[in-house]
Amino acid sequence: MTTDATQTTDATQTTDTAATGTTAQATPTQAGDAGGQALLRLENVHTYYGHIHALKGISLTVGRQEIVTLIGSNGAGKTTTLKTISGLLRARVGSVVFDGDDISTVSAHELVARGIGHAPEGRRIFSRLTVLENLQMGGFTRNSSEIREDLGRVMELFPRLKERQHQKGGTLSGGEQQMLAIGRALMSRPRVLLLDEPSLGLAPILVQQIFSIIAEINQQGTTILLVEQNALQALKVANRGYVLQTGNIILADTAANLAANEQVRQAYLGEI
Amino acid sequence: MTIQDDAERRDLSSGDRMPGGLAPVRGFFEAHRSISVIVGMALVGLALPLVVMLPPFSTFQAGAAWMNNFTLAGVYILLALGLNIVVGLAGLLDLGYAAFFAIGSYTYAFGASPFSGLHIPFWPMLLIGALMAAIFGVLLGAPTLRLRGDYLAIVTLGFGEIVPIVFKNSDTYTRGTNGISSLYPPDLLGYRFSTIEILPFYIVMLLLVTLAMILIYRLQESRLGRSWMAIREDELAAASNGINTVTTKLLAFALGASTAGLAGVFSSAKLTFTGPDQFLFTVSFTVLAMVVLGGMGNIWGVALGAFILYMIQSVLLKGLNQFFDAVPVPILSDIDFVQYQFLLYGLALVSMMLLRPEGLFPSKRRRRELHTAAPGDDAAATPAQEAGGALQ
Repeated sequence: MTTDATQTTDATQTTDTAATGTTAQATPTQAGDAGGQALLRLENVHTYYGHIHALKGISLTVGRQEIVTLIGSNGAGKTTTLKTISGLLRARVGSVVFDGDDISTVSAHELVARGIGHAPEGRRIFSRLTVLENLQMGGFTRNSSEIREDLGRVMELFPRLKERQHQKGGTLSGGEQQMLAIGRALMSRPRVLLLDEPSLGLAPILVQQIFSIIAEINQQGTTILLVEQNALQALKVANRGYVLQTGNIILADTAANLAANEQVRQAYLGEI
Repeated sequence: MTIQDDAERRDLSSGDRMPGGLAPVRGFFEAHRSISVIVGMALVGLALPLVVMLPPFSTFQAGAAWMNNFTLAGVYILLALGLNIVVGLAGLLDLGYAAFFAIGSYTYAFGASPFSGLHIPFWPMLLIGALMAAIFGVLLGAPTLRLRGDYLAIVTLGFGEIVPIVFKNSDTYTRGTNGISSLYPPDLLGYRFSTIEILPFYIVMLLLVTLAMILIYRLQESRLGRSWMAIREDELAAASNGINTVTTKLLAFALGASTAGLAGVFSSAKLTFTGPDQFLFTVSFTVLAMVVLGGMGNIWGVALGAFILYMIQSVLLKGLNQFFDAVPVPILSDIDFVQYQFLLYGLALVSMMLLRPEGLFPSKRRRRELHTAAPGDDAAATPAQEAGGALQ
């Protein structure tokens, strides 16, 4: 795998385990904050839809090569957070810092070139273009030899997409469309991949498959910020997690601690 | 490896349907779009003057009248090609396209008429007219960037109404309803085009259409063409794939408008007249009907659709009137067929939507988009296969 040399240095993996000592409190803790070394950092981000105050001061960090998950119920602000990071929405207050640069005012298409890949909620593949064309579109910011190389890489990761490369995107099954959405986002060779509910509407067997691919993508060197309603699966694959509720982060801890947390188990893991 | 596979596969699939020996020829023209456009247009350009000298056509009207019709049909072909960029490629429904045609025309009228006192030659005016129209394309595009579908259609409809009304009511600058007349015809190396000699106009029009087709073909296959397609499919997904949706949409408006500007300059130079009544909503609507009828997205289809509709409108319907004036038939002789042309367009559009939504001459892509279960498409996988694949 050819990845950025910077990504191979694994500085934050160790620091986040150090932060596990913080007991799960209702106060947001900057778990895993590696200072300036974090790949992605949100500081007191407030995002609005018109008058609706959707994010009420979100602060979080994603270290290099981590998998960080955002869990929470409907309307908590998970998707809004991702859209604010990828530039589809603007934070009215606060800043988004990517690799040391403030990107709060950088437009969405430039962020793709800078290394933020976003697989939006509901897949949103180009249903009337072929699978191959969808993937090529994902490599829009890259040159043709890079696209050729990455096509091979993505199709190795998703053999199903290779089989179906000449088929229209809309004719794929739900799981395959999700693979296509992830594959398309990978075509821009992102340094951080934002995944918005990759398990949405998939059969349990496919959910397993998607999550193992997410782990594989991460092992190949891509940092992942994962938004999920399927908290159990998300916490299994993630290093750390944040729990969102009505636009606030109410919990931040390692994935293992969150999965063991009584509150989380009751609210999000379906235990009564 | 995959891109090559794809190219090979595409070549094969196009060759498969051709009877034996023609496959390599077809392959060559598919690979060299520009050459195929030049060859095609040269053949059409030579064939048309010859065909109208033969009996059924020559008895109908004189050769010069035919050539005049063909030349003016070229104006509509240019308009349809330009609108095809906006509607067919970028998926932005524009119902006020005639406004850009008007801007091109009036630009020529200001640049080369006794009324304004200027006489800029025709050739640079082609560029200036296209540029002016492009500027107005951006001016219309910029405030409507957030609109899509019906809402965009309403704004463009308004724009299409406003522009001719402004020209009509600015008496001091445009002579209002009278229009600006006796515009200077084009010059080339001392030769002065005249309204009596149609052939030079015909040749210039052939060249303009050829040029426009080549440029649009190249655009369609370029990164920009792909971006338009992505925006047409899903704007948010396009943005999150690194496409600058703002400039991409503005470029669609600007390039579509500049083609109309070109058509406007040519048409006013040919007619030596520009007036506000030439740019009513009916023009926008007619051009849209041409694009839909011909097959959105396919350049040859759009051109042919424009040609056919123009010929029906300006030759066939008038011919029917003349025929039934000469040969009295009850009822039919009392009908003014030209008045019913929009009924005809309406009927044509409705039946197209029902029977052949991809247009008469669709692009391969469009056909594939609208007919999911096309034969040869290996799309239909059984649920069993799906499940099997998932378990692998």
